[in-house]
Amino acid sequence: MAQPLAFVLDVPETPGDQGCESSPQDDESEVHHSFCQLIQEQSQWAAEEGLELQQREPAPGAWGAPDDSHQALLGPEVAPAHSTATLRILASMPSRTIGRSRGAVISQYYNRTVRLRRRSSRPLLGEMSRSARPSLRLYDLELDPAAGEEEEKLNLLVKELQGLSVAQRDHMLRGMPVNLAEKRCLRDKSQTLRGMRRGQQHRGGVCSCCSRLGYACVLASHSLGLVLLSGLHALAPWRFALKQIGGQFGSSVLSYFLFLKTLLVFNALLLLLLLAFIVGPQAAFPQGPVPTAFMGLELLTGGGGFAHTVMYYGYYSNATLNQPCAPQPNGSQCTPRAGSLPYNMPLAYLFTVGAAAFITCITLVYSMSHSFGESYRVGSTSGVHAITAFCSWDYKVTQKWASRLQHDNIRTRLKELLAAWQLQQEPRSMCGRLRQVAVLVLVWLLCLGTTLGCAAAVHVFSEVMLESPVAAGQEAALLALPLVVCLLHLAAPYLYRGLAALERHGSPVLEVYMAIFRNLVLKMAILGVLCYHWLGRRVAALRDQCWEDFVGQELYRFVVMDFIFALLDTLFGELVWRFISEKKLKRRRKPEFDIARNVLDLIYGQTLIWLGVLFSPLLPAIQIIKLLLLFYVKKTSLLANCQAPRRPWLASHMSTLFLTLLCFPSFLGAAVFLSYVVWQVKPSSTCGPFRTLDSMYEAGRLWVRQLETAGSSVSWLSWLYQHLVEDTVFIFLVSALLLAVIYLNIQVVKGQRKVICLLKEQISNVTRIMRGIWIRWWHRHATAGLAICRALPAGTGSPRGGDSSPRQDTWRVLGRAAPCGYRQSLRIFAILEVAFGLPPAGGTHVGTRTLLSALIL
Amino acid sequence: MGNKQTVFTPEQLEAYQDNPFRQRIAQVFSEDGDGHMTLDNFLDMFSVMSETAPRDLKAYYAFKIYDFNDDDYICAWDLEQTLTKLTRGELSAEEVSLVCEKVLDEADGDHDGRLSLEDFQNMILRAPDFLSTFHIRI
Repeated sequence: MAQPLAFVLDVPETPGDQGCESSPQDDESEVHHSFCQLIQEQSQWAAEEGLELQQREPAPGAWGAPDDSHQALLGPEVAPAHSTATLRILASMPSRTIGRSRGAVISQYYNRTVRLRRRSSRPLLGEMSRSARPSLRLYDLELDPAAGEEEEKLNLLVKELQGLSVAQRDHMLRGMPVNLAEKRCLRDKSQTLRGMRRGQQHRGGVCSCCSRLGYACVLASHSLGLVLLSGLHALAPWRFALKQIGGQFGSSVLSYFLFLKTLLVFNALLLLLLLAFIVGPQAAFPQGPVPTAFMGLELLTGGGGFAHTVMYYGYYSNATLNQPCAPQPNGSQCTPRAGSLPYNMPLAYLFTVGAAAFITCITLVYSMSHSFGESYRVGSTSGVHAITAFCSWDYKVTQKWASRLQHDNIRTRLKELLAAWQLQQEPRSMCGRLRQVAVLVLVWLLCLGTTLGCAAAVHVFSEVMLESPVAAGQEAALLALPLVVCLLHLAAPYLYRGLAALERHGSPVLEVYMAIFRNLVLKMAILGVLCYHWLGRRVAALRDQCWEDFVGQELYRFVVMDFIFALLDTLFGELVWRFISEKKLKRRRKPEFDIARNVLDLIYGQTLIWLGVLFSPLLPAIQIIKLLLLFYVKKTSLLANCQAPRRPWLASHMSTLFLTLLCFPSFLGAAVFLSYVVWQVKPSSTCGPFRTLDSMYEAGRLWVRQLETAGSSVSWLSWLYQHLVEDTVFIFLVSALLLAVIYLNIQVVKGQRKVICLLKEQISNVTRIMRGIWIRWWHRHATAGLAICRALPAGTGSPRGGDSSPRQDTWRVLGRAAPCGYRQSLRIFAILEVAFGLPPAGGTHVGTRTLLSALIL
Repeated sequence: MGNKQTVFTPEQLEAYQDNPFRQRIAQVFSEDGDGHMTLDNFLDMFSVMSETAPRDLKAYYAFKIYDFNDDDYICAWDLEQTLTKLTRGELSAEEVSLVCEKVLDEADGDHDGRLSLEDFQNMILRAPDFLSTFHIRI
């Protein structure tokens, strides 16, 4: 098995111990100069080699020692030393240094020398099988003269590590491709030397034992932190369940469950804030009428027993809690009781909801941008074949049947890619293209029409519900609207799927994107109609009653109905369908787990929660219970009834897409709705913390005015409020700044793309030039070698024994020295054979075969 | 494999061994390249295949796994082996060679007919899924 020869042009990663840090861009003129130098050196060397060969020719006995010929033709080990500038330029070419740091270069070199050393210095004891006998390896190390070199490299690496901070050192150690034992040794060495240095500094002082103690404390706390971290990792919920799912279904289905976990975290955060600042204080000061008796129906309708509790907006008081005194007639503030903390409920309500929305926004945007940074790269859309070949096998999958499915999926994917490529090769007629565009437009029109139809149906039904008021005992009738909406959400996606079967897209990923987009538009349209219905019509209809309570209860009903339909869908869509397809239709395939539809359902559910958090502060608790139950139900159904989807699923792209969808239409829509309610809608005058105000925002404004009159210590707050929030110039300035930053980022990305193209061009130019030089040199030697071969006797034995002759050895060496790939070498040899008229018989034929076999290996 | 005490029957064990690259993984991570791993090698393997290993480290070892002839380049023969193992030999020879050609077209940056470590790393940079697929959950 041939090692690639270290040609003078194929410079191994010379560690940067030549002290260079200059980037290739700075040395453009030097590049040109060094290339000229290289060409001159090559021609000189070729001339020398030619002379050398001609010298040896008259002494055929000398060819009995193939090593000499090897040496003469191998060259690089005895090559004249090239200028450091040349080597430096070549070593720092982008193709050699992308993603490499100095330490990694050194460590790779170290690793490679260790392996080469181990391989090369193994004692030749006949057919010794490569075993890990420690005694023999020890023997290697002791007899090896290169061990000293290895020690030197190790010290270099340790020195490199000491120059870094602790975090950087850990990061570099983690990224080094050496094994764990050596990493541990390196870390200990770089730590102890540092510790020793510190010890040396404090030697002879009282501080020496203190510093040692401090050092020991630091180490102990570090290890304690590590233990806690590993304990936390073990406590991570559902670790085994996620492993099971990933092992049987792969990363694609796992992404749904990870998304569910993310939503759980968001809701937990929201609930914590609301419990601490709104629900808790109000629950500690109960007020209002005693709630009615609990009947079973409340769980579905949200009214009845739940109506006058902390669950809804109407229960919250509009006064300051813990300060039970009437305001004095002369307008002064009433003094609080001794030892109590007054709690202004309206203000707390407004600020908590605002803070919760703000924190959710920041968290969402941060996780979205983090995920985006992980999953999108400049130029990431090309290279689909390479990515399928190398990145599509999911190592998580453990079950045999699951990996068989993966094999099938990958095979199907590759066949589809080839088919798509072949289709592209065929020129498509104008007629066919027009037809495809027409079908696309038609299908989109039909889908949009369906969406509008559904929205209109919801609108009409809600108007009907408004017209016919519900009697006190018939609260179950209130469930009609959520039922209709959920039915539409269930039926319309099947219609879209049917319509999408008419289209014929080139790429299956585009189909998935289209399906997601259509479903999303449907959900957002229906939610928009519902928001209009609540804010526009219900508020007007329930003028004297508590409309906020009603809206809160409506949203509760929607959430519960959504959950019931999710359960029914799992039951009928997966379990019953599996029975039908196995028993009746006799198909071996289980139903597929539809990831896109399930994730969109989760996003829709979360939007409902965000819409309703103002009217029902305990809604996130309902969502947490719902998500927990949904996890277990979906997991059980998945393991029992489903199989992984056959379509390719770019898990990380899709995760980013779902987070984006969660942020933009979902959260943004909810934020717009909440902002409108807070700013523009008049709160009801009979219930809730804002019952005497014109808008909910008024509470904040009143408070700021109170601060102004209160004292000068907090007047800066009112100044801030007046000039930053009320005044719109500031907001315009901030928006303009944001737009400028976004524009700059876009330009930077464009520039990076251009740089990548230029670098790619540079790489291929350099390789072409180098190969041109090398091929010319090699041709010259090949012709010289061929001439020698013709002069040599064919098939004579050599001192090496076996069936290798000097001629074949020459061929072998020439083959190894070939600078180009397998196919080009075949072509070149064919040409040379024809050119020199070498008969395909005897030693030469065997030589060619040996040569080709050497090339393959 | 979980937190329950289980005794595996041979059939059950057989069900867990279907990674097409299992021999290559053992060879790459073993010290002498013959597939026999010590505890350190085993830890090494799980450390590289864990969730938090850096991308470059994973790319380095993935490159070594796919380099069947250990010549520090992924040549066309290596690619053919990879594809055959991935599809369990169910693609025709023509299709395999076509895919190999396209892979080399796409990923070979310096146009030498084979993929070096840099080419591979460059290609991995464009594949965000790599981190989640080259990962074994413990």
